[in-house]
Amino acid sequence: MTLIPRDKPIPRTPVGAGGGHVAAGGGPHVGYSRVPGWDDATDLTKDPAGVPDLATTPVPDDLRAEIEAHIAKYPDVRSAAIPALAAVQRRYGWCTPEGVEQAAAVMRLTPAYLMAVATFYDMLETRPVGRNTVYVCTNISCSLLGADALLERVRGEVGEDPEFNVRGFECLGACDIAPMASVNGTYVGPIALDEVAELVGQVRAGDEPLPAKQLRKRPSTDSAGSQEPRR
Amino acid sequence: MSVKLLLEGIDEPDLRTIAVYRRRGGYEQAPLALQTPRDVLVDELKKSGLRGRGGAGFSMGTKASFLPQGDMDKYLVCNADESEPGTFKDRELMFKNPHALIEGMIIAAYAAGANRSFIYIRGEYSEVADVLDAALLEARDAGVLGDLELHVHRGAGAYICGEETGLLDSLEGKRGNPRLKPPFPANQGLYQGPTLINNVETLMTVPYILRMGAEEYAKIGVANSSGTKVVSVSGNVQRPGNYEIELGVSSREIIYGLAGGPPEGRSVKFWFPGGSSSPVLTADDLDIPYDFDSLAKAKTMLGSGAIIVVDDSNSVVDVCLKLANFYRHESCGKCTPCREGTNWTVKMLERIRDGLATPMDLDIMASVQEQIIGHCLCVLGDAMAMPVGSMIDKFRDEFEQYMEDIRLSRLEPATGESATVFEGAHA
Repeated sequence: MTLIPRDKPIPRTPVGAGGGHVAAGGGPHVGYSRVPGWDDATDLTKDPAGVPDLATTPVPDDLRAEIEAHIAKYPDVRSAAIPALAAVQRRYGWCTPEGVEQAAAVMRLTPAYLMAVATFYDMLETRPVGRNTVYVCTNISCSLLGADALLERVRGEVGEDPEFNVRGFECLGACDIAPMASVNGTYVGPIALDEVAELVGQVRAGDEPLPAKQLRKRPSTDSAGSQEPRR
Repeated sequence: MSVKLLLEGIDEPDLRTIAVYRRRGGYEQAPLALQTPRDVLVDELKKSGLRGRGGAGFSMGTKASFLPQGDMDKYLVCNADESEPGTFKDRELMFKNPHALIEGMIIAAYAAGANRSFIYIRGEYSEVADVLDAALLEARDAGVLGDLELHVHRGAGAYICGEETGLLDSLEGKRGNPRLKPPFPANQGLYQGPTLINNVETLMTVPYILRMGAEEYAKIGVANSSGTKVVSVSGNVQRPGNYEIELGVSSREIIYGLAGGPPEGRSVKFWFPGGSSSPVLTADDLDIPYDFDSLAKAKTMLGSGAIIVVDDSNSVVDVCLKLANFYRHESCGKCTPCREGTNWTVKMLERIRDGLATPMDLDIMASVQEQIIGHCLCVLGDAMAMPVGSMIDKFRDEFEQYMEDIRLSRLEPATGESATVFEGAHA
């Protein structure tokens, strides 16, 4: 019996590579954590934050009005947590500590409550991210049609551009246009690899991403006349 | 010629405006329904045989009848989270015909006695949510809502919020962790009040049922699976997309007839009949009728009606790992069997991929799946365990061949003889 020498170590794939959330900046938890930030140290000497006082917390008027409009829709103020955090994120780019404190002040909740909510949901960012979100769907249907290569190409094309937030995302519910991406909320697909440069260029220029490939312009496959093979 | 209801003329320009929807007979059923006694309406829904289109396939009329009588706030929640991989029917339906959903909700809310209602739509569908918001504004201005309160609530990206109790927690502004059942949402749901939760497609079908009459509707499809179903076909097919079928047509007809089958020169290796959570079927099962009971008999499920076709150019190991990774990422972590089971399954599959596993690992992996099923508050863990278990069961040879190939490729070329010790295999 021979023991086989291995010339190189077995590669450890980071958790979620090509699918899940890989924390920006390559923190210590990359590859081992399922939840980014779970092992961040807490400052034990700090007093727990209570409900911020609206009188002493400066909240922009429009943000406050938006959050209050959301609160009015629900019997319980907490139901507005996700819409409020989304509003904070739209304004500041991510759920900044100041933004969360402002939302907490308007909602009469503790910032910790809102952070607990924010950390649960994939679309709420609790760390600074680029302004342009590109979610590339890497779930089964898309990956069968080359989504992993697409994500890699997008990452390569974007490079270190801090204006971008490129993520492999779980099923975006558009398997009919696989492989696809959600670019600043607009669904585009199927994206060929050689269209990635054009797409990224359009996002950089602030233009509509691949106008001909947008989902909203696509007719139903079930209607007559669509019996032609798509690819 | 099959019957088309939901997708009939779906591409008509401006269907998402109330004027065009009305011209096509929209908002005629809601006022009529509000004149009908509640129990008559619920009976009508029961008689139609409409089963939930979101995944569980429970009778819609029966569910509506579970809500207690009495003078309290009752809720209707439309589950528009549609996060099951492979599913994209609700997206198209809501985006192109939002008023049909609103009309369905008006009727369902009345039938269940609900006075407040929400549409919980996943955050990723912001384009669709904008359409719903606009439609809702129009409907409110036109006064069709009556005294029903209806709001669109956008989620923020979590698969678990498609599970009904997880959805309720999320709608209450908490982390989307599922709750223990019972009490069922019909008794204690949103804000502890009686709550009816239905999928988009289910609610959207309601006006069509009333228009054609429950008895007529029940004639469509087959016994115990009445009506039409919008199926989302994706993966290795030539024409992926949503197709409306009569329940009971053969699966081959959907995959080959409508979606065009796999690309030239390839064949179906296996397929998920109802989203990635359903146990897989192989090419031998293509003639199974596509309805609730036939698929259940084949030990799988119709689920959300999402068919994902995988052709013979793909390795089962890759698909299995992709699938398990998804559920690991989306497990909320509340129940141990799911949180740990999904994690371990991924680790074992990675070992298989990296050539560190032995066939014994397959048995361990299969036993992990068995220990997840039925041991959690919700079915997310089961949703991984069932398809993974079925893949091990049906493609065990391929898994073993995959391991064997890696083992052989590692043999020292000089001797080519027995070399079996995998360094680090049990590290």
